[in-house]
Amino acid sequence: MLIAVGTFGLAVWGSRGARTTSDFLLARRMVGVERNAAAIAGEYLSAASFLGIAGLLLKDGIEALWYPIGYTAGYLALILFVAAPLRRSGAYTLPDFAQVRLDSGRVRTLATVLVVLIGWLYLVPQLQAAGVTLSTVTGISYAGGIVLVAIVVLVGVLSGGMHVVTLVQAFQYGVKLFAIAVPVFVLFFAFLGHDAQHRRGLDEPTSPVFERATTVHIETDVRLRVTRAVWVKVLSGPGPERLSGPVRQDEPTGGTVYLTPGMHSVSADSELRFPEGSAVPVVADAEPNNRAWLSPQDGDSYELFETYSLILSTFLGTMGLPHVLVRFYTNPTGHSARRTTLVVLGLLGLFYLFPTVLGVLSRFYVPQLLVTGETDAAVLLLPTAMLQGWPGELVGAITAAGAFAAFLSTSSGLVMSVSGVLFTDLLPGKLANFRLVALGSCILPAALAVIAIGRDISQSVGLAFAMAASTFFPLLVLGIWWRGLTAVGAMSGLVVGGGLVLLAVFTGAFLGDGYGWWSAVLLQPAAFTVPLAFAVTVLVSKLTSRGVPENTGRVMLRMHTPDRLGFTRDRSADHHAAEHDEPATVPNRSNGRHRLRGGRRRRR
Amino acid sequence: MTSSRTSASQQRPPRRKRVVLADRRGERRVPRAIIDLEDQSSMGEAMVRGLVRAQLRTSLLLAGVSVLVLGGLPLLLRWVPVLSEIRLWSIPLPWLVLGVLPFPFILLIGYIATREAERHEREFAELVQR
Repeated sequence: MLIAVGTFGLAVWGSRGARTTSDFLLARRMVGVERNAAAIAGEYLSAASFLGIAGLLLKDGIEALWYPIGYTAGYLALILFVAAPLRRSGAYTLPDFAQVRLDSGRVRTLATVLVVLIGWLYLVPQLQAAGVTLSTVTGISYAGGIVLVAIVVLVGVLSGGMHVVTLVQAFQYGVKLFAIAVPVFVLFFAFLGHDAQHRRGLDEPTSPVFERATTVHIETDVRLRVTRAVWVKVLSGPGPERLSGPVRQDEPTGGTVYLTPGMHSVSADSELRFPEGSAVPVVADAEPNNRAWLSPQDGDSYELFETYSLILSTFLGTMGLPHVLVRFYTNPTGHSARRTTLVVLGLLGLFYLFPTVLGVLSRFYVPQLLVTGETDAAVLLLPTAMLQGWPGELVGAITAAGAFAAFLSTSSGLVMSVSGVLFTDLLPGKLANFRLVALGSCILPAALAVIAIGRDISQSVGLAFAMAASTFFPLLVLGIWWRGLTAVGAMSGLVVGGGLVLLAVFTGAFLGDGYGWWSAVLLQPAAFTVPLAFAVTVLVSKLTSRGVPENTGRVMLRMHTPDRLGFTRDRSADHHAAEHDEPATVPNRSNGRHRLRGGRRRRR
Repeated sequence: MTSSRTSASQQRPPRRKRVVLADRRGERRVPRAIIDLEDQSSMGEAMVRGLVRAQLRTSLLLAGVSVLVLGGLPLLLRWVPVLSEIRLWSIPLPWLVLGVLPFPFILLIGYIATREAERHEREFAELVQR
């Protein structure tokens, strides 16, 4: 709660400065490298990083470590291929880039649609996380939590615009790092203080066990896999049902059930009590065996495919996320954009050392989440499970604050960039329109999040990455490095990539959960869709090579020549000159960037 | 230069002065290369192409290295089970290799990429301004 108040206060305080349209959207590109890097990292570290990674580790074990690696490596791809040239192209947003590079309104429109789609795909899981966190911590309903957070985000975005959001985001990185590092240190020492039986337990090829008698409340229907037979007392609700393997009911009146190895289903609103020392039945998609959880050899070949597909989508998808890209325009030069990204790499690497520790600890201390399937709450529940009394509650409050910061900052960044894109493309002009658009891009994802109760946070986020990698990666990389790109080629790539990912999503939703190759492909489609979209873009561009835009050479010149030669054209400057009579509203434009005429007269 | 003279003239009674709008003698010749670049002559075009190619080569090389290293890890850990038996401070090696090492590695590659890209740009700028 304190974080919400703090964020809100900073937003109101910061909003006194910015007033004009261009200020509002880009904070005048005067943000320093370190602060901008902290803002990028703060905005990027979403609920998927703060809660999702530890949750996935609890469930899947070592394979889940590829998520933080991929999330970081995405910025490496940005440094290598995108950061500086994109900044020098002088475009505000991805649709802007499409316009500048390809000079085509239709590509621009398509890019706008995709930006909004990806933004929403990414926003839904953030709001879901908000619902989960608020209902876990405060006890208000899931939908209530979502609405509350949507309102806080909206007010924050509306009252300040980008400048404030930059300030807030930089502050948020510090909050998140603190909120994950402190619990890790405290809990790790608590763990060392406990006896060593846990560490031995991980080596054995058995399932985790309940440390003490545990009551589990099941919120949504789950399918459980039992590897070691276990006695369960059904306190309320329908209780477990057999899918395969017999359920023996000893005393029909007492409600004690003997779960034999096999698959069982438990309906929502059941309450089960497991005795001390009993083996933990796990949800169907989790790894039941501690030894397999610990070591990377086990698993089928399609799991290897999933890993590679995940690496590909995160490595190449980061560059297509709208809230990431919009931040690059707040750098004054291409040079500083590159440096900012380098600092971001360091900041992210530092942060991602911590969730791993929490994920491992949660395997010992909160195994009941493996029964309910709500593994995303692991970080939130771990402190009170490990420490008794007020220390546990204090640390728990810190992690809750971090989670709050995580989804707040990412969702306000997303709302900001999505409505920024909608605003510049659909309803240009007055700020009143911007407010309207921001309202719109908040309401729809909130509604979707309310509907999507019980779905995995990480799954939706992965989807947004796959979508971004399959659409904007070919557009950006080919647009920056290849002269032969045509508008028709770019459009075909966007349609094929985006269409295939959407197809995979809908097919997956229609078929439901499954195992094996098909579900792996549908869940992580990037390994197919990205190369295909790339190939289609190249091929169609070659076929329509007469359609290469005439100004390609000039745009390449602008994107790749060093900033100090002064070829960079700045759209905000042009807009300013056109919109305002007084040119004095664009101060501080002399730091290394000169228009061509200025550059000519300069002495060495 | 001219602005300081006009402000000085406000205090004293106006006096005739020669107004210099541009001092031809002091101006350096505009480097030929910048005009080439601006006019997109074949010369300028070739220079830009050279820069883009150099940058792309470095980026692809570094991307290749990181893909080989990071992309090789899942296969390596899968097919060489002995690695999983090794422990440092009682932590299994795969957890250290995947949980800690990739981040400094990525940072290192990013650092090299930034340095190299800036070097290419500096060389290009020197070539142009000569």
